Amino acid sequence: MPFDAPIPDLAFEADYWSLRFVDRQTRTWTVRKNVALPPASARERGVMATVHDRGGLGYAATSDLSAAGLRAALVCAREWAHATAARSLLDARTLPRPSPRGQWASPGVGASWGATREWTDLLMAESTAAAIDPRIVDWTVGVEIRESTVRLVTSAGGDVVQRSRMMLPGLAVTAHANGDTQTRTLHGYRGICQQGGAEVLARFGFAGAGRRVADEALELVLAPNCPSGTMDLLAAPDQMILQIHESIGHPLELDRILGDERNFAGTSFVTPDLFGHYRYGSELLNVTFDPTRAEELASYGYDDEGTPAEKTWLIRRGILERPLGGATSQARSGLAGVANARADHWNRPAIDRMANLNLEPGGSSFDELVARVGRGVYMQTNASWSIDDSRNKFQFGCERGVLIEDGKLAGVVKNPNYRGVSASFWRSLAGVGDASTMQVLGTPYCGKGEPAQIIWVGHASPACLFTGVDVFGGDGS
Amino acid sequence: MNAPDSPVAAVGARARARFEEWAAQIGRALEPGERYAANYAGEATDFVRMNRGRIRQAGSVEQHALAIRLVRGARHAEHAVELTGMADDDRRAIAAAVAGLRALLPDIDDDPHLLLPDRVADTAHESGTGLPPSERVVDEILTAAHGLDLVGFYAAGPVWRAHANSDGQRNWHAATTFNLQWSLYDRGDKAVKSSYAGFAWDPAEWMRRMATARERLALVARPSRALVPGAYRAYLAPAALEEIVGLLGWGGFSGRALATRQSPLTRMQDGERLSAEVTIDEDMSAGVAPAFQSDGFTRPDRVALVRAGALAGSLVSPRTAREFSLVANGANGGESPESLAMAGGALAADRAIEALDTGLAIGNLWYTNYSDRPACRITGMTRFATFWVERGRIVAPVDPLRFDDTIYRMLGSNLEALTRETELLLSAESYGSRQLAGPRLPGALLRELRFTL
Repeated sequence: MPFDAPIPDLAFEADYWSLRFVDRQTRTWTVRKNVALPPASARERGVMATVHDRGGLGYAATSDLSAAGLRAALVCAREWAHATAARSLLDARTLPRPSPRGQWASPGVGASWGATREWTDLLMAESTAAAIDPRIVDWTVGVEIRESTVRLVTSAGGDVVQRSRMMLPGLAVTAHANGDTQTRTLHGYRGICQQGGAEVLARFGFAGAGRRVADEALELVLAPNCPSGTMDLLAAPDQMILQIHESIGHPLELDRILGDERNFAGTSFVTPDLFGHYRYGSELLNVTFDPTRAEELASYGYDDEGTPAEKTWLIRRGILERPLGGATSQARSGLAGVANARADHWNRPAIDRMANLNLEPGGSSFDELVARVGRGVYMQTNASWSIDDSRNKFQFGCERGVLIEDGKLAGVVKNPNYRGVSASFWRSLAGVGDASTMQVLGTPYCGKGEPAQIIWVGHASPACLFTGVDVFGGDGS
Repeated sequence: MNAPDSPVAAVGARARARFEEWAAQIGRALEPGERYAANYAGEATDFVRMNRGRIRQAGSVEQHALAIRLVRGARHAEHAVELTGMADDDRRAIAAAVAGLRALLPDIDDDPHLLLPDRVADTAHESGTGLPPSERVVDEILTAAHGLDLVGFYAAGPVWRAHANSDGQRNWHAATTFNLQWSLYDRGDKAVKSSYAGFAWDPAEWMRRMATARERLALVARPSRALVPGAYRAYLAPAALEEIVGLLGWGGFSGRALATRQSPLTRMQDGERLSAEVTIDEDMSAGVAPAFQSDGFTRPDRVALVRAGALAGSLVSPRTAREFSLVANGANGGESPESLAMAGGALAADRAIEALDTGLAIGNLWYTNYSDRPACRITGMTRFATFWVERGRIVAPVDPLRFDDTIYRMLGSNLEALTRETELLLSAESYGSRQLAGPRLPGALLRELRFTL
């Protein structure tokens, strides 16, 4: 097995090569409207071969893990390196040839998957508890567990094995009344996503959430629309993660800045000359790349190019310090970056991705943040997201809003939305919650790349207060 | 790299024989009272990514995913495995999958919404006769782009989809295709995006499309205009309309979403209408998407979704059919269109800018999402070649603008005309695997579109 045994002699020559093996197991249980859906599972194994030779670079991916299969993949990747060298954007001879050696594991690796009957009973209990009223028209409770082993072997002597377990629970309840439909979730669709085992569910109060979320869905469908106007925005962590993701994370990806994504995911309003001095946000804005927080979804010991991962400041006291760029992008640009060259599976090459991107806590309690608002809305749980291809003009919507009037929470509103411009929005950051307001969340579904990849990212954030935001509600009902 | 000396027919025949062998292995592994359904998704693809007129990443991916569902009575479970094409490895993987599923079934409740076909319906479709070596195509592309800031993506090779079940049904869909998406950049975010996709690479057609892109790049190079938010007349090219209609595919036509009042088109159930010009079908006649779905039901040639502006039907999966007493019509579990077709109107496409007169000619939209789902209010951005037009003439490219408007205004009260010509937009999506999908759409002339930022 290539995951726990020496790599056979492949009789292969190139300036540099690597083999990244992935073995991923997934199990999913779901209960919808008190009916257990058939359980689903998967085991996906394959290898990505990368070759640098004669100044060119190429890759080849196969699920054939035999010695002959590995050699064939390397030969194919070398053919690509030779065929494209004359037209290559990069001179592969200038790229790093990593030789990391080590092991890393997340919490929960190797723990029991749990019996199907146990999972079904747990999910059914929450489903049953959500059916509180005829106006609750649909509801779903589920959990997905992923366990992966990734081994990176390089011709420079590198050999790294990393194992991870992800826990991805979800709960959504939809209410319909008076011509309107509103859905409330437990921190968004798969918004609760962490590395680890069953403790993740306990951390978010999953047991008992069915009734709680159903109550809020009913409350929402009967609530008035969010008012429109320029006012303060107090964003909960389960909205902040989207705000951070779209208007800090993506614009700081170095491959975007270098133009690779302009045909698909887009470019960036951030340019290479801004690092070191550009005021991205107010003095209260501190953002880190932190792959060391054990439970966070995208923690790891090494990225997929083999660069050791460590906590790094990207924005400090509002000033932009460095981009999200892995070793290849760093070599291309001459900019210092982080260990974020990542691939979503064995069949895709590594590119610059977010991993764990966190907004560091400040000093205000939640009550203190609310008390500072004359007129505003507290918005919870992202429901809608849209941003331009430079990651500048955005419009985001949330599941649930609570009016804030004269420093007090005043009543629930539905369809809360706001819009702004990244380059100026973060400068209106007027309050950052303390550690008591912080939550470690993320998303398993960040899309990017050609060929396209969907990868998992972690985001931790406190509640944050912004002033002078363009807020608005829905169209009617 | 896809070997240029392997005839497509031979590669396809090998893939099909491999799938038949896998199906036979599952069949042999069954015990009395058990049934199976299996779905195969495979491909052998060359991917070449380009930036600044050069090659950024190039490689090949071969993958074979087989999802096996084991059924006993009304209990069922599914396990997917990655197969290798190596007979012994695959035999072991399939045996382990069936054994694992069998061990699971006693722990599973009966599924009241299980619905499987009650008759055997075999299908077979093969398209594409071969492609030139990818490195040669890419050389043509970059030679033509000499001196230009081209960023793009070329994907090529065979894609296979198949279904088998224990009743002996076999469905096979193979397509050897290429898909080139490329952008020519002038500066910053000012660019022209183009595409060329199909079954046979034609150098003359490529050069024609590149020449068109160059002409549009010259327009993009003009000084740009920043418009203030407000309502403007607008012409949406088919690629722009795809972003709006594509979003409707996210739950809009789903039988389950409509039955539970979660569809963004719920108000159409209550009588709200689009313009009488709007007719939308799920139309399988293009042969882009497989003619079968994952439970083994075959798809009708056409499912009416919107007729003369009124909601006329929905996409109903077998599970939804059983749950809500509807008739299944070949939809997959997600109940999203895969081959949506919107009928054309009366406006000649080559007169669209003239008919726009003064307003925005929008080549592409980007990142659409619902800003008020029950009202079907949609927001998104303009992107790539979007121009300010005065008296039927292109004046200047415009800086990106955000729109936020309802479908009932955009394709309802404010729809002035649809183009007579429609365009097949083959999907370039490659999340996990290359997608076999693509809508056929006209352009749309709107009396006004509301911009907010």
